[in-house]
Amino acid sequence: MISSILHYEFLQNAFLSGIIIGIIAPLLGVFIVVRRLSLIADALSHVTLAGIAGSLYLSQTFTGLALLNPLYLGIVASVSGSVLIERLRRLYKHYEELAIPIIMSGGIGISAIFISLAKGFSTDLFSYLFGSVSAVSRQDLFIVVAIAVLVLAFIYLFYKELFVLSFDDEYAKASGLPAKWIHLLFMIITALVIAASMRIVGILLVSSLMTLPVAASIRIAKGFKQAILYAIVFGEAAVIAGLVSAFYLDLAPGGTIVVISILILLVVIIGKKISMSVRA
Amino acid sequence: MAQLPLIELKSVSFQYDYTQVLTNISLKVEQGDFLALLGPNGSGKSTLLKLILGLMKSTSGQIELFGQPANTFKHREWIGYVSQKSNSFNSGFPATVKEVVASGLTKKIGLFKRHLASQNSKVIQALRDVGMDGFADRNIGELSGGQQQRVFIARALVAEPKLLILDEPTVGIDHENVQSFYDMLASLNEDHQMTMILVTHDVDTVSNRISHVACLNQTIHFHGFKNDYDSLSADQLNAWYGHVVRKIHHTKEEKTQ
Repeated sequence: MISSILHYEFLQNAFLSGIIIGIIAPLLGVFIVVRRLSLIADALSHVTLAGIAGSLYLSQTFTGLALLNPLYLGIVASVSGSVLIERLRRLYKHYEELAIPIIMSGGIGISAIFISLAKGFSTDLFSYLFGSVSAVSRQDLFIVVAIAVLVLAFIYLFYKELFVLSFDDEYAKASGLPAKWIHLLFMIITALVIAASMRIVGILLVSSLMTLPVAASIRIAKGFKQAILYAIVFGEAAVIAGLVSAFYLDLAPGGTIVVISILILLVVIIGKKISMSVRA
Repeated sequence: MAQLPLIELKSVSFQYDYTQVLTNISLKVEQGDFLALLGPNGSGKSTLLKLILGLMKSTSGQIELFGQPANTFKHREWIGYVSQKSNSFNSGFPATVKEVVASGLTKKIGLFKRHLASQNSKVIQALRDVGMDGFADRNIGELSGGQQQRVFIARALVAEPKLLILDEPTVGIDHENVQSFYDMLASLNEDHQMTMILVTHDVDTVSNRISHVACLNQTIHFHGFKNDYDSLSADQLNAWYGHVVRKIHHTKEEKTQ
């Protein structure tokens, strides 16, 4: 395996992107889960699909756009989706969750139109839906690195504000923090992480990498920093083991990563039950 | 220099959708006051606090905080806030007591700056003030309601506010703990000269701690010294609140306990 990674650029791209995503997706995921925004991540990933499908259609139709990286339109769609969700949530103050099905079905609907215009599923599209070990280009890797830098800078600079906002929204506003702006930035950053992660885990499974490692970590973590640390450890383990098994078994890495994440979650849940009954 | 009132409301009204919630409220809170804000459910107590805290905007009238108009007031960290238990916080949240209390320093530290190790001693001191220093490394969700509420007071205290606003802080706390909870507030008020606004239903329990009373039912019916409130007739209170209100009476001995 190691020698293959040293030999093949595509494997380096996939593993380096995977390792980076294994850090940033669970890191942001902790905030998403404790703020009960897991479903929003799912909705955003479907909007990203619309951008990807649109881009694939455009590059099929216009030869001048043949080399356009679908990630760019994916990012544009995802970020616009995040801003739209916020707008809708404010419009429907008493039905905030309504924003999720509106945006999600909108995303899938537009994707369906572009996919049929582009004459059905291509292998390219399949790799965007479920991830791929072989399709990650050097350019994709650079985009992932750039997004990771933004995400880490954002969390570093706004950690304490994000903590207050996540823990107690009303208290954050009462203490005069610019809650609205930080929240909007947070949504945009979430959209970026979703766009970055989909190359490896696939659009349909992106939100799982933001939620499953966190679901395991909050079962056992003492404190918030520890919750973040465990989530990253679990996420990273799932990504690396998932990529290796996907490579050897010729499977879509989205599938293997998610199944391993669920196994980790089960081990944590059962392990905690056992240790509690031993102590009791 | 003449002391400015910490809070001054001038003919403040608030309407929500088409319902008039507050009408023509004028109220002053001075340095060192311990004000109990009383009123039946739905009388607009929480709304009034939210206007002061900047969580809502009044429909008309003026609100001044520390002599500055509320909408341009920059020192929200001078005002500590403890909301009703379980109101806005998720009890499964993975955070230690220490992390929760340290989050009270967020506004004071300012954007783009990080917590410093030196602030750790402030966190521990705040926990000591509320008698919770033994719980610093526990997860917040493991504590009882009364303990959590003490931690939230510590979160407010750690930023050394000049004014503490508490919205029915003892709801859901068992009776014995309520008493010691108010003892703690009283000592903060007396020893640290901290001004307090307390929304409460426990008039009986709290009455020997407070200095002022304001009675609210859409508008302010009474605002004055606690002793003057005690001499009001029950009929008067019933007229304001529209139903029978238990009158509080405390003997001198009780007050000096």
